[in-house]
Amino acid sequence: MVTLKDIPHIDEISNHGLFGGAAEKKTATFRQRYHQQNKVVPSLEEAIRRTGLRDGMTISFHHHFRNGDHIVNMVVDKLAEMGYRNLTLAASSLAAVHAPLIKHIKNGVITHIETSGLRGELAEEISRGLMDCPVVFRSHGGRASAIRSGELHIDVAFLGAPSCDPYGNANGYSRDDDNGIACGSLGYARTDAKYADNVIIITNNLVAYPNAPWAIPEYDVDYVVFTEDIGDPKGIMSGATRYTKDPKELLIAKTAANVIEATGYLYDGFSMQMGSGGASLATARFLRQKMIDQNIHCRFALGGITGQITAMHEEGLIDRILDVQSFDLDAALSLKNNHFHHQIGATYYASHMISAAVDQLDFVILSALEIDTDFNVNVLTGSDGVIRGAIGGHPDTAEGASLSVVVAPLTRGRIPTIVKHVNTVVTPGDVVDVVVTEQGIAVNPRRADLKEKIEAAGLHVFTIEQLQQRAEALVGVPEPIRYKDRIVGVVMYRDNTIIDVVREIDENA
Amino acid sequence: MKLITTGSAGTMESNDIMITVEPTDEGGVQVELTSSVYQQFGKQIIAVIRETAAAYGVENALITAVDKGALDCTVRARVSTALMRAADCRDYVWEVRQDV
Amino acid sequence: MYKKDRLRRSMMFVPGNNPGMIRDAHIYGADSIMFDLEDSVAYSEKDAARFLVYNALKTLHFGTKETVVRINDLSSGLGVEDLEAVVRAGVQVVRLPKTDSAQDVIDCEREIARIEREAGIPVGSTGMMAAIESARGVLNAVEIARASDRLIGIALGAEDYVTDLKTTRSDGIELLFARCMILNAARAAGIAALDTVFSNVNDEEGFIAEATLIKKLGFDGKSVINPRQIEPLHKVFMPSEKDLNKARAIMEAIAEANARGSGVASLNGKMIDKPVVTRARRLLELYEAGSKADEVEEL
Repeated sequence: MVTLKDIPHIDEISNHGLFGGAAEKKTATFRQRYHQQNKVVPSLEEAIRRTGLRDGMTISFHHHFRNGDHIVNMVVDKLAEMGYRNLTLAASSLAAVHAPLIKHIKNGVITHIETSGLRGELAEEISRGLMDCPVVFRSHGGRASAIRSGELHIDVAFLGAPSCDPYGNANGYSRDDDNGIACGSLGYARTDAKYADNVIIITNNLVAYPNAPWAIPEYDVDYVVFTEDIGDPKGIMSGATRYTKDPKELLIAKTAANVIEATGYLYDGFSMQMGSGGASLATARFLRQKMIDQNIHCRFALGGITGQITAMHEEGLIDRILDVQSFDLDAALSLKNNHFHHQIGATYYASHMISAAVDQLDFVILSALEIDTDFNVNVLTGSDGVIRGAIGGHPDTAEGASLSVVVAPLTRGRIPTIVKHVNTVVTPGDVVDVVVTEQGIAVNPRRADLKEKIEAAGLHVFTIEQLQQRAEALVGVPEPIRYKDRIVGVVMYRDNTIIDVVREIDENA
Repeated sequence: MKLITTGSAGTMESNDIMITVEPTDEGGVQVELTSSVYQQFGKQIIAVIRETAAAYGVENALITAVDKGALDCTVRARVSTALMRAADCRDYVWEVRQDV
Repeated sequence: MYKKDRLRRSMMFVPGNNPGMIRDAHIYGADSIMFDLEDSVAYSEKDAARFLVYNALKTLHFGTKETVVRINDLSSGLGVEDLEAVVRAGVQVVRLPKTDSAQDVIDCEREIARIEREAGIPVGSTGMMAAIESARGVLNAVEIARASDRLIGIALGAEDYVTDLKTTRSDGIELLFARCMILNAARAAGIAALDTVFSNVNDEEGFIAEATLIKKLGFDGKSVINPRQIEPLHKVFMPSEKDLNKARAIMEAIAEANARGSGVASLNGKMIDKPVVTRARRLLELYEAGSKADEVEEL
């Protein structure tokens, strides 16, 4: 017979009291149980009701379905129908497919947006002053930090998943049969699932428990909703991202690979990240040849992953892949099949609050809409001042990597890429090291070490001012963009300090 | 130069500009420009179109331009071609080089 | 103003009616860029291409690249107007297609000289090269190569030539006679010999084999139709380390002999002949040109 008071220091050991008998013994089979007791809710509406969502709260979404996403529009339509108002929509990113949000902003359902980026009509309308409260733009790492710290508190996360079991183990693919949709990694959704008060998984593919491996574990999930349509596979990902055939992009890529080799960051055991743009992707091809010729291995490749990276992994050139987002079906397949192709969440990837994977990068190849003579980079607003891009992991990786290389054509059509002042500073020149264009290389004066090494390899280094002047001589000087005073967007650096703002464009000027 | 018919030149590909010249009786040279870079370079493109038309002594015309990011030299070339075609003229006047 | 003697490993074709390609033509590292008014331009667009190339030559900067325009042949009725445009625009070299005889070169030169005079350009400023594309042209190669002081070189145009021969392009044997004729005619006249295009851009192996062959024969370079062909071509023309060391040793021996005031230099006990010196010098020049990874353009 145990008496609590006989146990010395019982107050410090436990306050749960004495064992009073176990719960009733289950006798149903595992299969019977999961038909009877599970998290599957008959409808989205019912799931929303059960979360206790109220006006003024924050809802979140991931962007792993890219431009094929049907989740955001479906959920917000439903919320509007249910009469919700004044919600904050915090997505890891938004795409052109989300234009229907415009009407829900106009009718007051959505009054604030947080995202990594905006495109299409929604972006244009916001640039024209659609919203009263400025959109908050965060990097992937910045968003993960803001969620973790509570600065961005999520009340209900609506997370689309290409596979989920009745208990909520959710994934971006399935080792059982998938149901027409796979997105590979669900890295960005993992942060939402972990920190949101309520998590609803919306899936088109209910599979048997346990849906292993899972991206999101059942203990982070409250409700599961089944629906036929979560997205358009064609918009989610294409078969394989092809290498560019554009000779200009190939020239830039080749030069970038030569720069990386010259700087000494291509050594046996190095680490890297590639953007998904034509030139940055093609850089992988030229690096691959150098790795084969010199018998060099890459210890890990990070970030958004494409079939090019997974092919190099399968060839034995890359030991490990850390995948926060799979860009094509080849990448998604590799995640499913390759043991050392590993899925990671946004916090692990890029949060500045911890030592994240980006901090272990030797180099990153990034793209840009604009680069200025202070090496500041804009990936968010176009040359007309309209929002048309996403921050993504740009500032996270530029700061994290020992060598950040920005690849871009000197001009796009008649629009100069190298300018005196970028429209919007997304990544500060403090963390941008080298710019490679088809007409020459420029090195940030902060990195005299790199300049010396690049020149020693026989490559010519221009000043960024020379590149800017060359662009100007070719295309002329564009008319300055006219803005109104009103701020429509606030751009956060990865530590969530405000680095710049986006203003309403003035089209009548 | 006397314009007698509608003349056009150029393509809708990037870095190019499609120019259509129609003869008019009055109203001077009117330019209607659609451009992917209108905000940044619209004024400049219109100025180059007008200058080129003036250099050919065109007094009245409706010039429609659909621009896909053409450089000034391309604008000049396409306007020249369209004007010559609109005038059904084969009598090219290449300027005398000044820089020698 | 053209330069008679310069490096011409690669001459890149650029369609004359494509503004984007004209604009970027100089970034790929070809020694010469050749804007084409002939076969790549539809008949109905000849006037447009002419205006485009004219304005581009006058406005854009192509750095240290040699600018060449391939005109339509004079008998087509288009060639003289092409010349009017490009000579006035200051092209460095006019490439005359379908050259069958010395008279074709002389006729073209007469027009160029007239235009130069009318335009106030010093007569003789514009260079020429002649492309030989017929059996008759090949047999007349010697006279063609000598037909004008303006000629910087003669080139083989193989597509028309093999048709004229009633054959097709295969392993290169069909071009052997023409290549040898053109090469010897060029060398006898002291000008460049330039080889024809290799049209299958995806067959890099075949391209390299052909480039190796024409380099062995003695050609200065080759026309290319895609930027991708430039680097492999230049690699073929890059001297080997062994040849380089030998050339350097020869040049050192010459310098030493000159310092001694002796006209006779020797290396490893063997007297160095003049042709050996010429070869060594040419090899070192090639190396220098080829080892500049990216030619530094005036920005």
